[in-house]
Amino acid sequence: MPRKPTTRTRANSSNGANSQAKLPKGLKASDLVDYYTRLVQARSLDERIWMLNRLGKVPIAASSQGHEAAQLGSLLAAEKDGDCFLFPYYRDLALKVAAGLSPVQVMMSFMGKAGDPYSHGRQFPLQGADLPHKIIQISNVVAAGLTQSVGYALACRMAGDETVVLVYFGDGATSQGETHEAMNFASIHKLPVIFICENNRYAISTPQSAQMVVEEVASRAASYGFPGFTVDGMDLIQCYEATREAITHARAQGPVLLEMMVKRFMSHTTDDDDRRYRPEGEVERARERDPVITFARTLIEEGMLTQKMVDEIAAETLRSTDEATDVADVSSPPDASNLHDSVYSP
Amino acid sequence: MAVKSVIEAVREAIREEMERDSKVFVIGEDVGIRGGVFLATQGLAEEFGNNRVIDAPLAEASIMGIALGAAFRGMRPIPEVQFSDFVWPSVNQLIGEAARTCYGTNGAVPVPMVIRMPYGGGIRGGLFHSQNVETHFFHTPGLKVVAPCTPYDAKGLLKSAIRDNNPVVFLEHKKTYRLVRGEVPDEEYTLPIGKADVKRQGSNLTVVSYGLTLHYCLEAAEELAAEGVDVEVLDLRTLSPLDTATILESVKKTGRLAVVHEDNITGGVGAEVAALAAGQAFEYLDAPIARICGPDVPTMPFAQTLEDAYMPTSDKIAEGLRRLAAY
Repeated sequence: MPRKPTTRTRANSSNGANSQAKLPKGLKASDLVDYYTRLVQARSLDERIWMLNRLGKVPIAASSQGHEAAQLGSLLAAEKDGDCFLFPYYRDLALKVAAGLSPVQVMMSFMGKAGDPYSHGRQFPLQGADLPHKIIQISNVVAAGLTQSVGYALACRMAGDETVVLVYFGDGATSQGETHEAMNFASIHKLPVIFICENNRYAISTPQSAQMVVEEVASRAASYGFPGFTVDGMDLIQCYEATREAITHARAQGPVLLEMMVKRFMSHTTDDDDRRYRPEGEVERARERDPVITFARTLIEEGMLTQKMVDEIAAETLRSTDEATDVADVSSPPDASNLHDSVYSP
Repeated sequence: MAVKSVIEAVREAIREEMERDSKVFVIGEDVGIRGGVFLATQGLAEEFGNNRVIDAPLAEASIMGIALGAAFRGMRPIPEVQFSDFVWPSVNQLIGEAARTCYGTNGAVPVPMVIRMPYGGGIRGGLFHSQNVETHFFHTPGLKVVAPCTPYDAKGLLKSAIRDNNPVVFLEHKKTYRLVRGEVPDEEYTLPIGKADVKRQGSNLTVVSYGLTLHYCLEAAEELAAEGVDVEVLDLRTLSPLDTATILESVKKTGRLAVVHEDNITGGVGAEVAALAAGQAFEYLDAPIARICGPDVPTMPFAQTLEDAYMPTSDKIAEGLRRLAAY
């Protein structure tokens, strides 16, 4: 990846299909089928969680529907690299699910059960830490994770390891001062951090035009002297390739800003109603590029999947979601005596 | 045993812990080449290198956030807030994030980090170089708050804070840095966090304080001794966790309690100490609890007259203790 203080934008595919041609570098067909399966599983859980919210069983959820290709494409690159640490944000449901949680663990977290692997029912779903899968996300204060991720990368360098840190955030978080502070520090010290902006052009209801005057968040990288790229966040393979290159660059030369253009299919959270602020038809048009559909189409065209396999994956993931829902529903919440535990570390 | 200043004790503690544990590092504004504006880190960059004594950009939120992130990875960062007055841009990282990390991860992610802050007034620092910030952190579960007032306590407690697995706000009263000198052992020692210290034994009344005003309390106690009133002076040393046992023991012995601090009176540490005594030693009290504290104005002002009017001096404390003794 060239180190230049300019933005290179890759054009979105005009026909709505995903990247074609042969297998991306470093991947086997089975990797893509595996990730398609994870994508469908994440979507299935995501949809079920909203249903459970309406049934009063899940107090709050932020959906990743429409963001999955960006999250899973970058995760795939991190997983293939093998030495990455992730600082996701609150909309990274698919990322956190696909990183290795079982559907039961996911449902435990959303229902606030004792089996919640992230925080034991203390935090909003899938917030806290999932250290076995190299993930930390502490809070909902956007951009707070950016400076933390930079500090993590600094510590990795001090400890002498080669870890690359991937930190995720929305376009809204780029308005925070800490985004600037994090990028500036990472640049000064050439730290191996990949700043991944999942740009859906909305900060809850506030459109990008009310947050910034630049068209592309990636263009801001120039002011820090590191490369910034805008990629099609609806295209899992393109996100994989961009992240893979970014990992190589980060380890050798320092930070990279990747802006992944995504679509938010759902309201901000289960407590929001986006009909109040989104133009009619916008979500429907966005869904024409739903990665669950377009990725399957690509894999079928490439001969890696058949329609029959796609149907089987859909049925199997739905069965897992059903089972997970049932298991979590009857499992125990944290005991009230836990209230005072872990305020301090021993 | 050598006589040293508070700033020398602080510097020695950092130096020894950096030597002892390669995970310890310092980050802050002007901490490297200059050695800190108060010279707390003087010579450390030369000794340990710029990678372990990091001159940060002038941006407090990121200093705290970066330190916190490094702690996630198992390092033991010591972020310096140049003046406690400058902590506010970083308060989300400190109160919002660091204090909640252990709890919010069910204990999976400890935060071994010491946030050093020169604080307090009496040095003509005005509204933005005199602030007492301790109450905000004292109020926050998940943080420990330490506020020593002698070189011996500063060194022993700072070493313990650096070895602690929790975020510790370490408050150094800037007026004590060179004004207060005392004996510091040559050999290695630490002092436990959470233990108050009786700085003066007495039988007629208890005065609880910390930081600069602890020294003013000792002066006031001498004045009252000449008048036949025997004052016990209790130095909290650690504000959080509060050493409730030592406070109650002293109050039960003397039957009279005054709390003294430079910070604003309303909702301050003294209010909590008073509530503790009222709630758990009520039958032992012979007089209403007295609070001799900073008034409820935003901070100590700049002009000498106004600064003097703000500060709980030894005269003001002596006057308050006389009234308490006479009740």
